[in-house]
Amino acid sequence: MITLNCPYCGPRSHDEFRYVGDATKIAPPLDAGAEAHFDYVYLRDNPRGQHVEYWQHIHGCRAFVKVLRDTVSHAVLATGLPADTLSAAEEGR
Amino acid sequence: MPVSRYNIWSLIGQALRGHGGWTPAWRDPEPANHYDVIIVGGGGHGLATAFYLAKNHNVGRIAVLEKGYLGSGNIGRNTTIVRSNYMLPGNSRMYEKSLQLWHQLSQELNFNVMFSARGVINLAHSDAQVDAYVRRGNSMRLEGIDAEWLTRADLAKELPYINLDPNMRFPVYGGLVQRRGGNARHDAVAWGFARGADMMGVDLIQNCEVTGFRRTGGRVTHVETTRGLIGCGKLGLAVAGNTSVLGEKLGLRLPIESHVLQAFISESVKPMIDHVVTYGAGHFYISQTNKGGLILGGDIDMYNSYAQRGNLPTVDHVLTAGLAMVPQLSRLRMLRSWGGIMDMTMDGSPIIDKAPLDNVYLNAGWCYGGFKATPGSGWCFAHTIAEDAPHAFNAELSLSRFETGHLLDEGGKGPTPNLH
Repeated sequence: MITLNCPYCGPRSHDEFRYVGDATKIAPPLDAGAEAHFDYVYLRDNPRGQHVEYWQHIHGCRAFVKVLRDTVSHAVLATGLPADTLSAAEEGR
Repeated sequence: MPVSRYNIWSLIGQALRGHGGWTPAWRDPEPANHYDVIIVGGGGHGLATAFYLAKNHNVGRIAVLEKGYLGSGNIGRNTTIVRSNYMLPGNSRMYEKSLQLWHQLSQELNFNVMFSARGVINLAHSDAQVDAYVRRGNSMRLEGIDAEWLTRADLAKELPYINLDPNMRFPVYGGLVQRRGGNARHDAVAWGFARGADMMGVDLIQNCEVTGFRRTGGRVTHVETTRGLIGCGKLGLAVAGNTSVLGEKLGLRLPIESHVLQAFISESVKPMIDHVVTYGAGHFYISQTNKGGLILGGDIDMYNSYAQRGNLPTVDHVLTAGLAMVPQLSRLRMLRSWGGIMDMTMDGSPIIDKAPLDNVYLNAGWCYGGFKATPGSGWCFAHTIAEDAPHAFNAELSLSRFETGHLLDEGGKGPTPNLH
């Protein structure tokens, strides 16, 4: 069981959440060109280790929660709001 | 020590000598300094690739590098289902080639893979799903693949144990059956391909983890491993859930996410489930092993994972769907559950293609469906490596299709890897 610390509701079991996916992907401007959009839609770093990702608390407050989690141990290292920066992987994107 | 072929005379001879004379089924060689082709990944697909490279193509010396022991990954962690009931020709041609190889695999390998063409039945639970399944069956028949529609009355005769109550939440409307599909003994597939490849001179090198690559421009010249530096002419990757990790070492960014898929086995019971049966209102599939255990599975855990174990909400979700379809499962105890790492692509279909490097080839993105593809994947990947171009069967399973928009999205789910 993974426990996620929702910023509004506190610690909750992960089956109250929907997994959204990689939080490092940010939509490029519409005129950014095909390559940037291809990267955004299809390419993933898929790290073995620390992964920053979104979950949505669909059976709670419905907020989007940003989570830094280890993909090998499943340990949750940090949680925050979507605007928070949780890991170095998000810098410069 | 030369490995002997298995036949009735070797069996009788060994029986008379108390079975003390059997030799190991494959050698355990030291890695050489150089191979013409190196396959990374000693699982089903890597071993099948080495087997068909040695059998069908003239490429020189071949090695398979495996970080653990042979068959220690997904080939030993699946639900053993074999079928080719895909709708899109870009998929079904490769899977149908695979199914044809399955039907004569035990003879080809001189090793009993216990393939059983017991039929794969997909249940439909709404008018829309009936339409979609019949359409898929028609697409299969246009490709020369067998498909047959079963009504509720047919299902009542063939599957007396399923819940056909018309008042259940998702009543069964009918089912699509592929009679030539079925299941096989998963470990035997790995062992059979390993022994077959070894008999033709392929070096199977275990406990040999790839830690890096040495390149000259776009050409990989050496593979760095925990057992030393090994030179290579061509390099093939068949590492399933670890494709992104090795791809990163080659500078490749891939349309793949790794997810954990759980599977379950019950205690052994008398023959009860004669086919492979899937539940269409959720995601659940079940069959019975030769030892009598019911082997079953469902959805992945949905979050990125490299852990070969999953979590309890998915156990609950899978077994809830199972109980809806086969209520008497509630009386069974589950013996074991385990997880494997799926390389989920952005359209749910695999990749067998040359990588954008001079001498590197990619076999990846098998999602839930790698086991059934084992012989066909190896056959197509061997052709792709040897000829430096894909075969017609895997031409559409390209890496570039994501960039060009030629997706093979059977489920129409879009770029959401955990939903495929």
